[in-house]
Amino acid sequence: MLDVLFFASIRERLDSERLRCAAVRDVDALIESLSERGPDWATVLRAPNVIIAVNQEIVDSTHRLHANDQVAFFPPVTGG
Amino acid sequence: MEAAEVNIQPEDFDAGIEIRNLREASGTTGAVASFVGVVSDRNDGADIESLLLEHYPGMTEKSIVAIIAQAKQRWPLLAVKVIHRIGKLQRADQIVFVGVASRHRGAAFAACEYIMDFLKTQAPFWKKEKTSAGERWVDARSTDTEATARWK
Repeated sequence: MLDVLFFASIRERLDSERLRCAAVRDVDALIESLSERGPDWATVLRAPNVIIAVNQEIVDSTHRLHANDQVAFFPPVTGG
Repeated sequence: MEAAEVNIQPEDFDAGIEIRNLREASGTTGAVASFVGVVSDRNDGADIESLLLEHYPGMTEKSIVAIIAQAKQRWPLLAVKVIHRIGKLQRADQIVFVGVASRHRGAAFAACEYIMDFLKTQAPFWKKEKTSAGERWVDARSTDTEATARWK
């Protein structure tokens, strides 16, 4: 299983903070699988400025996934 | 026990105490440089009433620790402290503290600015502003991304 997290505006738009989902090949396949959850999901997760982190390291959507990986989707950061 | 270099906390901080700790932790320091970020009263043409700071627990700490490690490779630093607040903040509240101790002021000034520039563009924090017109997520600024480019 994958542990999938959403933050800030992405969390609000998807109305989802965290979900568990079956392990798939890579982040692209995960987005494809998540897109079945609703009409907005593909648009939100494929937006050009979305940042993807796997196990808390920033990656691109071709990143390979493994069982128990933590995958996070978030917008550009605005701290400080 | 040595104090943590990075604290993510809802509580306010006392910059004077942090600066003293940096001076004491580093022994014979030549210089301590520090930065305090404060919640603005205006952004993008609107009055800010308050801010809500969200973060990614775990990754936030990890990314700031990595930024500090990079700074230590560039400059001879004796001690570093970063505090970032989360949760609800009012305008004029302190939001972030960066303090750096080194033997020389040049290294202390530069490392302090370097850590702050990368914290703003890499550490997973998000600000939601409450204005008179309602709530909105703050957009990332290209000037912040450009600020990191000069350290290449």
